[in-house]
Order: sequence, then C-alpha cells, then structure tokens
Amino acid sequence: MKRERAVVPEAEFRSYYGRPVIKAPIWHEPHMPTYLYLGGMSGASSVMAIMARYTGHPTLARTARIAAAVGSAAGAGLLAAELGRPERFLNMLRLFKPTSPMSVGSWILAAQGGLSALAASSELTGILPLAGDAAVLATGLTGPLTATYTAVLVADTAVPAWHEAYRELPFLFAGSALASAGAVGMLAVPRAEAAPARVVAVTGAAVETVAGVVMERRLGLAGEPYRLGRAGRLMRAARVLTVGGAALAAVAGRGRALGVLSGLALTAGALCTRFGILEAGRVSAADPKYTVTPQRQRLDALAGPSAASPAERQPANPA
Amino acid sequence: MAERMGFFTDTSVCIGCKACEVACKEWNELPDDGFVFEATSYDNTGALGASTWRHVAFIEQTRAVRVDGHEEDVDRWLMSSDVCKHCTHAACLDVCPTGALFRTEFDTVVVQPDVCNGCGYCVPACPYGVIDRRQDDGRAWKCTMCYDRQLGGLEPACAKACPTDSIQFGPLDELRERAAARLAGLHADGHTEARLYGESPDDGVGGAGAFFLLLDEPEVYGLPPDPVVTTRDLPSMWRWAGAAAVSLAGAVAVAFLESRVRR
Repeated sequence: MKRERAVVPEAEFRSYYGRPVIKAPIWHEPHMPTYLYLGGMSGASSVMAIMARYTGHPTLARTARIAAAVGSAAGAGLLAAELGRPERFLNMLRLFKPTSPMSVGSWILAAQGGLSALAASSELTGILPLAGDAAVLATGLTGPLTATYTAVLVADTAVPAWHEAYRELPFLFAGSALASAGAVGMLAVPRAEAAPARVVAVTGAAVETVAGVVMERRLGLAGEPYRLGRAGRLMRAARVLTVGGAALAAVAGRGRALGVLSGLALTAGALCTRFGILEAGRVSAADPKYTVTPQRQRLDALAGPSAASPAERQPANPA
Repeated sequence: MAERMGFFTDTSVCIGCKACEVACKEWNELPDDGFVFEATSYDNTGALGASTWRHVAFIEQTRAVRVDGHEEDVDRWLMSSDVCKHCTHAACLDVCPTGALFRTEFDTVVVQPDVCNGCGYCVPACPYGVIDRRQDDGRAWKCTMCYDRQLGGLEPACAKACPTDSIQFGPLDELRERAAARLAGLHADGHTEARLYGESPDDGVGGAGAFFLLLDEPEVYGLPPDPVVTTRDLPSMWRWAGAAAVSLAGAVAVAFLESRVRR
C-alpha cells in the first residue's frame, strides 16, 4: 500500500505528532512575572535605601526602604498563591538545598522580606533606629541576590529559551530591577532629591537593553520565542518603554511631570519584560523544534557526517 | 542500599496493548485522562503526565525498503511504552525545594505526596517532560517504579502485566547486559536501525534507570535525542548571577556617589 509522504515541516526535525518533548512551566500570570518585577524592585530599592541613607537623601532613603519592604512582602504573597498547595508554603523552608535555586531563593527572599520589613517599620515608627539601620545594611547583601537569583530560577530548567540564556538573564534582570527601583524613586520623591534615582533608572535601562540585545543575538534558534507572537510583542514593548523611559529620566530633572512619565514608562517596561520572558519560556517549551533541533545537531556533529543515512532522515509522522 | 533497579523497555516486541497503562492506573489508583480522542493513531493518552505514568506511543511509518533489487515503500508500526527515566542525575530531584522528591534505596526517584507543596519547579526542569502537576490536587506526580510493590518484593505493575516482556524489570546492570545482547541479535538479523536509548552512564543525565531499545530516532517517539540535566550548568549560572548582583550594587553606589559629586 502506498501512502502520501508527510510534508516536511518548515524546520527540519522529527517529532511525535508535533507534540512538545518537555512540559511547559505551569507558573501563572500575573503571579510569577509580577513577582519577578517586585523581587527586582525590592532588591534594587534596598541598595538605594543604603546609599541614600549615607549620602544625605533622607526622603529617597525612606521611600526606598518602604518600597523594598512592600515589594518583597507582596512578592512572597504572590508566590504563595502560585503554589498548588498554598497551605504548605512553609515547606519551602523545610531544608536548605543548594541544588535548588527555588530553595536558595526562598531563603534569600525570607531574609530580604524580614530585614526590609524591619528597616521600613523602624523608619516609619522611629523605634529602634539602630536596628533599622543594621537591617537596611544587611539588605545590601540580600537585595542584589533577590533581584538576580530569579534569573537562575528560570534558567535552571529544561526550557531552551531560558536555560540557554543563563549568562545574559541575570544582567537583564539586574538592569530591569535597577530601572524599576529608579522609577519608584522618581515617582515618589521630589525631583530635587531624586537625582540619584534618575541615574539608577537610566543605568538600569541601559543594562537591561544591552543584555536583551546580546541575549537575542547569541541565542539563535533558542532565542526565537523572544521575537515571535505575544512574547515578541511584549519584549518589543518593553524595549520601547524602557528606552523611552530612560530618555525621559535623563531630562526629568527639569520638571515633575517628566519624572512621573518616566517612572510610569520604566515600570510598564519592566513588567512587559517579565511577562515577555515567561511567555517566551512557554512557547519555547511547547514547540518541540526548540528542544529537538539543537540536541539533534549536537549528536550529528559528534557522530560525523557519514552517520546519518538519508533514508533515516525522512519525516516519520503519518501522512 | 539495595541494588539499583530499573526498566528495560524493548520496543521491538511491544504490541501496543496498553496493558502497562491499565495496570499502572489500577495499582496506583490514578485518575482517568479525560477520554480524549487524540487522532494520533491508537494513542489516546498523548504523553506522560501527572496521571499517566506509562504512555504507549503509536507511530505509523512508510519507509523505502530494498526488495528484490528495487526500492519499495513499506509501512510499519512502531509502538513504545514510555515511562519516567529515573535518571542518575535527576533534574526534578535536584530542583525540588521541599525535599518531596527523593532517591529511594532502589536508586529510583519518587515524590512524597505528603511533602510536595505544588511549587511546580520540577515540571519544566525534567528534560523528558515526564512529571506534571495535577490540576485539582495541586501536587506533582510521576512514576514511582512501584516503590510500594518493590518494598514488598514484587515487580512493578506495568512489567508484571506486559504480555510480551517488552517491559523488563530487574537490577540495572543485568538489564544493560540483556539489552546489549538483544541489540547485537537484532543487528545480526539486519535490523541496523535498532539502538539503545538512555543506557549509557556517559549521557547527559548520567544514564537512565529506565532505558529503551528503539527502532528509530528518539525524537520520533517524542523523546529528546540528547537530554542534559539542567543543573549541570548550575555553578556557572550562579557565577553569572553573582556577577550581576555585584554589578547591581556597584551601579547604585556609583549613581549616588556621582550625584553627590555633581551637587
């Protein structure tokens, strides 16, 4: 019996009825991407709070302390809501497991949340100012880790768009975190005192943009999901908002409205980045070509050109 | 620790009866898969998942075969019962933050349902797409290689039910020897397309506790051709994240010091 051959799909690879090889991340919107934003904003705000405290920017210091505390507390809440069994949230601290970025991250977030809450409540109530200062200094360690561990969290998966990007993602996340924290500073602090927040925002936007460009260039096929469909639209919107927000931040010393506009644009840009990255991960997992093609190329390169006979390379799916 | 136990699934003798799927569901009291018509040959479960711990794949192929000196298109069916690989270096186990996933005395990888908090991290970590979270239940589930039966000295339900011994259970070393002999036999009979998958301790997951004899490339069966445990790059990932964290702190410091200079 003769049967029509299956049409070769656009990318030359074989699969089982086009089904995904790996499972897509089950993390939800808006929980996970919003947490990524909040964690970044909290972490970078902590460092801003320290520097503002010791360089004579009291209003900025106060704002950053509160932003750090609110960000990590709200972020932890979103993470708990994300669990299949939220009542077992504390199982996250059942052990410390270095091979699990989520375990390491849970401890980092617990420390960041506790310390930033202490720092913010001391600031607001005026009670135990020394303890508050000590806590804010300690967030100088937990803050940057809170902002960047999430890159390891997503990269330590089988999702090609995430795993292959493990070098650039931490810098992308760090830049996004700086831009987010700078934006909060610009939105909440009078412009006379917000100059450092503007510099932080512009620096962050630059780091995020450069890291994003480098990532998409280097990844090749694995980076395709960042350019296509909804993820592509989100990533492009993020780029426009971030670059535009940074341009506004550069001139925001001249007027309050410019600062507010810049802060809003940067915040929206940071959120678009985080939503775009989650979506790209989903797309990357759902299409088997992103999993199969690089692995097949790796094997073929190892086996040498003679190993693959043409008959074996025919598409095998039913017609 | 007892001997490392494993599965050798010889797909060349699989007849696609799905007795393994049914036996697995019966023994482990797994919920149904929703009675979906997949329109993919005789496959009605589609893929491994939270409630499908054995999945029989059906592939209908037409291949050019040399008959009496000329090429002729010949049809064949490939059938294969997929299962959790119980990797030597298991990503799901590595990334599980609660310790719900653990390695048993049989060197298999099992989820403790009373500990799992449904964080879902194991799901995208598995390079084979095996483990999944159950929607209504909120926890992650996968094949236990019938841990309970093994503790009682019994073989797993799927292997017990398999009528052709396509699914073989036993000490992994023994299974590897048996598989090598079977492969040599098939090659001698002219089935040069036969190959072992997951048997090598040198592969990206350090060798699978459940390995296969396949008659085509792994991706045709929905298996990744060259899976690598994601945590292999973890030290490098932390180094990059550390550098980014230091850069973040440095950038803020510079921003403040610079604006103080400018004032």
